[in-house]
Amino acid sequence: MSQEEIYSRVKKIVADQLSVDPSEVKPEASFANDLGADSLDTVELVMALEEEFDIEIPDEAAEGIATVQAAVDYIKDKAAA
Amino acid sequence: MTIELKRVVVTGLGAITPLGNTVAEYWEGLISGRNGIAPITLFDASQHDSQIAGEVKGFDPLTYLDRKEAKRMDRFAQFGVSASKQALADAEFVINDLNAEQVGVVIGTGIGGLKVMEEQQEIYLNRGPDRCSPFMVPMMIANMAAGLTAIQTGAKGPNNCTVTACAAGSNAIGDAFRLVQRGYAQAMICGGTEAAVTPLSFAGFCSCRAMSTRNDDPAHASRPFDIGRDGFVMGEGSGILILEELDHALSRGAKIYAEIIGYGMTCDAYHMTNIAPGGEGAARAMSLCLKDAGVTPEQVSYINAHGTSTPVNDPNETAAIKTVFGDHAHRLTVSSTKSMTGHLLGGSGGIEAVASVMAVAHDRVPPTINLVNPDPACDLDYVPNQSRAQTVELAMSNSFGFGGHNVTLLFKKYR
Repeated sequence: MSQEEIYSRVKKIVADQLSVDPSEVKPEASFANDLGADSLDTVELVMALEEEFDIEIPDEAAEGIATVQAAVDYIKDKAAA
Repeated sequence: MTIELKRVVVTGLGAITPLGNTVAEYWEGLISGRNGIAPITLFDASQHDSQIAGEVKGFDPLTYLDRKEAKRMDRFAQFGVSASKQALADAEFVINDLNAEQVGVVIGTGIGGLKVMEEQQEIYLNRGPDRCSPFMVPMMIANMAAGLTAIQTGAKGPNNCTVTACAAGSNAIGDAFRLVQRGYAQAMICGGTEAAVTPLSFAGFCSCRAMSTRNDDPAHASRPFDIGRDGFVMGEGSGILILEELDHALSRGAKIYAEIIGYGMTCDAYHMTNIAPGGEGAARAMSLCLKDAGVTPEQVSYINAHGTSTPVNDPNETAAIKTVFGDHAHRLTVSSTKSMTGHLLGGSGGIEAVASVMAVAHDRVPPTINLVNPDPACDLDYVPNQSRAQTVELAMSNSFGFGGHNVTLLFKKYR
């Protein structure tokens, strides 16, 4: 799975979950600071990413995923493993 | 110590109902005797004994909420918040930093976010506990319509949720009335909301044998006081009032629909779902309400009945009215607007208070439709099938709930 493919799927999920315009979902965007996610949104977003990519994201790892790019990187590593 | 009780008036109304999603449409539907009952579209009811309901039609939460806000609310909360916003706008009441702590919310519901709970239960069973949404609990809990209305409007004063089944909306208005009367708030957003047209809810109510199964003729299924009635028809929606301290309303030049002057509440202490024989507890609620208001039975012009169209409610409510009003029971008018909207459970007290207030404001009483052959045990003037022009000085609204809760409110023409 290419970086671009992951990014495009992450972008769609984030836009959908956080009810934001896809154009706002830039790699450097922070879920909490730029995209208006609160603690409940973040939990739901991680669950949606787990479903989409059929992976498990442990709570400790989820805490480190604060931006779109961080999510893409994490998923890329997981998919490669 | 005696507390000086303040006069409390109704300055705003909001309604999301099976007859329309504004107060104007709702009232027009009521006085033209329009039916709001149809086959269920919200879920596949083909396996249920009852397959009809008074659904809210054409409701777009995005009229009142942004996409993210709407997504985080169960339908019952969307209705409650939307009707509250309508009511505040109608009252032209602005909540700001100066008055926020003086404005509160009491919104009742019988059940709460059942739709969300059912969806999440399915996820739990099929995919396990880790897949359940973090929004499940905050979306389903019954108080969330009141909490979200405060979040959406900035009302930081007293906030509560009554959960007294089908009396919840009326309890909410009565409790809010007390708060303003005693000076704990200058204004209250209050009423009821419900969205329980769901598969599990219908399964349970059908098993209680409480619902009409006239599936082939939905328009005539809700027929309070008629001999052919066979149970209630469920409706959904929300009715909200702005109650305001009189001097506060006058000082800002608010329009005043009516004054709220009485609140009575009792319990049958008899049975989980059946009304006490002769409507004993209901009669006491009406009597207490009259006493609270300091008026005589003869002053009452109109009663918006609980009138569920169940075999048990209607004759017992009729008997209770006769106990309280004596001969005057045959002179006042009584109608059940549930004949048109269905029974909104915890939402019913809200929309029926709106109907009662409009009756006072417009001197017109809505009819009981589908009343063709009255039950011999139901022999009052139920305003059959056509609304009627009538001077409505005092309008009473009854709500009774599973658990034996009986609540009566009294509205008066403002002078």
